[in-house]
Amino acid sequence: MYRYDSYDQTLVDERVVQFRDQMDRYLGGRLGEDEFRPLRLQNGLYIQKYAPMLRIAIPYGMLGSHQLRRLAAITRRYDRGYGHFTTRQNLQLNWPALEDIPQILGELAEVQMHAIQTSGNCIRNTTSDQFAGIAADEVEDPRPWCELIRQWSTLHPEFAFLPRKFKIAVSGAAEDRAAIQVHDIGLRLWYDDQGELKVRVLAGGGLGRTPMIGDVVRDDLPWQHLLTYLEACVRVYNQFGRRDNKFKARIKILVKALGIDEFRRRVEAEWAHLKDGTQTLTAQAVEAARQHFPEPPRRPVEDSAIEASEQLRVENRAFSRFVTNNVTAHKVAGYKAVTLSLKRREHAPGDVTADQLEAVADLAEQFSFGECRVTHEQNLVLSDVPVDELEALWHALETHGMANPTVGTLNDIICCPGGDFCSLANAVSIPIAQALQERFEDLDFLYDLGPLDLNISGCMNACGHHHVGHIGILGVDKKGEEYYQVSLGGNSTDDASLGKILGPSFFREDVPEVIDKVLQVYVEQRHEDERFLDTYRRIGHKPFKERVYA
Amino acid sequence: MPETKPEHTPESTTEPLTADQQLHHIDTLIKMGQPEQDEWALSRVSEALPERRPVIVPLALWREQTGEKGLAPWLSSDTELTPELAAALEAAPLIAIDFPAFTDGRGYTLARLLRQRQGYTGEIRAIGDVLVDQLYYMTRCGFDALALREDQRLEDALRALGAFSVSYQPAVDIGEALFERRLREKGRS
Repeated sequence: MYRYDSYDQTLVDERVVQFRDQMDRYLGGRLGEDEFRPLRLQNGLYIQKYAPMLRIAIPYGMLGSHQLRRLAAITRRYDRGYGHFTTRQNLQLNWPALEDIPQILGELAEVQMHAIQTSGNCIRNTTSDQFAGIAADEVEDPRPWCELIRQWSTLHPEFAFLPRKFKIAVSGAAEDRAAIQVHDIGLRLWYDDQGELKVRVLAGGGLGRTPMIGDVVRDDLPWQHLLTYLEACVRVYNQFGRRDNKFKARIKILVKALGIDEFRRRVEAEWAHLKDGTQTLTAQAVEAARQHFPEPPRRPVEDSAIEASEQLRVENRAFSRFVTNNVTAHKVAGYKAVTLSLKRREHAPGDVTADQLEAVADLAEQFSFGECRVTHEQNLVLSDVPVDELEALWHALETHGMANPTVGTLNDIICCPGGDFCSLANAVSIPIAQALQERFEDLDFLYDLGPLDLNISGCMNACGHHHVGHIGILGVDKKGEEYYQVSLGGNSTDDASLGKILGPSFFREDVPEVIDKVLQVYVEQRHEDERFLDTYRRIGHKPFKERVYA
Repeated sequence: MPETKPEHTPESTTEPLTADQQLHHIDTLIKMGQPEQDEWALSRVSEALPERRPVIVPLALWREQTGEKGLAPWLSSDTELTPELAAALEAAPLIAIDFPAFTDGRGYTLARLLRQRQGYTGEIRAIGDVLVDQLYYMTRCGFDALALREDQRLEDALRALGAFSVSYQPAVDIGEALFERRLREKGRS
């Protein structure tokens, strides 16, 4: 993973000193509430319902064991012994004290971590594919590119006060696992038939109040120009994005208002001045970035060990379930990526205890070269596990409550913190997730349903990505009462789509019953092996609506 | 406007104030990283030129008075830098860029375009909602004069200016990205 040199370290250290000064001025009354707000937000600090919340960046989801241990120590010392992984590969602390934040940032900086630009109207943490570097369908490892973007966007002097937040995601595989079509800018790395690396640049995607799928600004940008092109895109947005109405300030509104052709014309006109200038990437620069993401020293795995692992699957049903759902193919024979489930009824989706963080640190060292990844589905991944150690890892994960064999099923719910924590929320979301996990916990039923994304957001800001869940649930507020709106047919991968609202919203206690009816329609109507999403697309809204509102 | 108090207070509410009566005096100015005072006053009145010189006036008024040395324009944050405007601005003794709110980031782009695209070498002054914690970014984008909002403390401002000794991106102050510098230094060693 990326290791800081003295320049990176100096910058995060100076950032801590700067923030300590800002906090001192705020607490000392020399910096007003309104003026402190963007400064603290750009350091990941929110003032929430019951306490401050600190959002720590995990650039493109990569974490080392030493960092996991530090996070565990921080949650114990400054919080309540747990943290929450978000849908954008960040970790949130729910209960830190305001005056401790500079100290926490200092302790993060010691392990090359920070909370820079995890919130605020600036370029946020760049996210990527949790299987980067190991996926069999990958054409280009996105992480070196993400790191180049991280550096370019960190404390960018021109773009610290954009009209609104700005999120970039990068994918380099055949299957998009980074939801690039619903980001302000989505980047797809691909090779043309001459073997030249190109970047497809999408702009104007996003969820929130006005969900949209991104449009292609440029399909075949030569890789050398990635940073100058991004600079042109963000500059056009900074100049022309709306600032009069925060609900219309995202780049998607600008792209929609201008039309993609006019937006593209402006970007290209701007880029004409920047093209081939400073920040143009060279093979050397990219190589230097790639050297931070070397292939780990994997030992060879015997064919007999691979066979033995297959044999164990045949013999042990529980192990087989785990492998089927939580283990992903690897580009190297004899290796697998293992998803550690952070979804279980006793905890909010994405929550992790300090003990678990430490356990993952140990397991990562023991089984996967001391690294782990955070997924946008709010789980963790050990990316390089030899198959002959899968069983041992599985047992260890069971001990720590992270072997729930339900990754990718209805039970693997994406969920925001909701009204239990968040001051923006209209309604709670975690209790909905827990009620659904309780109702649909029979594994055979879950497996029979097959791949199913159920996403829950507690308000239209859509942190729980409800628009792109096959089933989406949105908490709404009507005259002070919590209601839930259900939508169907969303999807975040290559054939991305936005869910369609089923109809009038429901009481909280009725949500499990409503979802049950939706699932009944699917089970009755599906063709053999047809995914929920495909059945929905084939038969449409009506049968679901009729059953639910009968 | 927030940065200064008008120099004159109205004595009677019946007479409309003249542009001179509504002039703003800039109290706390940082130039090239050092506190400094100068003679420039600021007028936000768009209907009439004040008598006083030197004075910074709205762009449209300035464009009507070509070649007067004691007049300089200020640009609103939504100014679009067309080629005609850019050419006209070459003659300005200084250019001020207004921050109507500190959260309005358009001024940063304007300053960079003036410096890096138009090659403007005169003073670029930040006016309006100019706060301590923006100064580092402003300096990087080409502002060399910072007219602080009147409630801002000079010592905080001078400290904030030096917050960072390293930056990743090229801008007006540094001509190469950090990744380029690393390659250069590696090549040398």
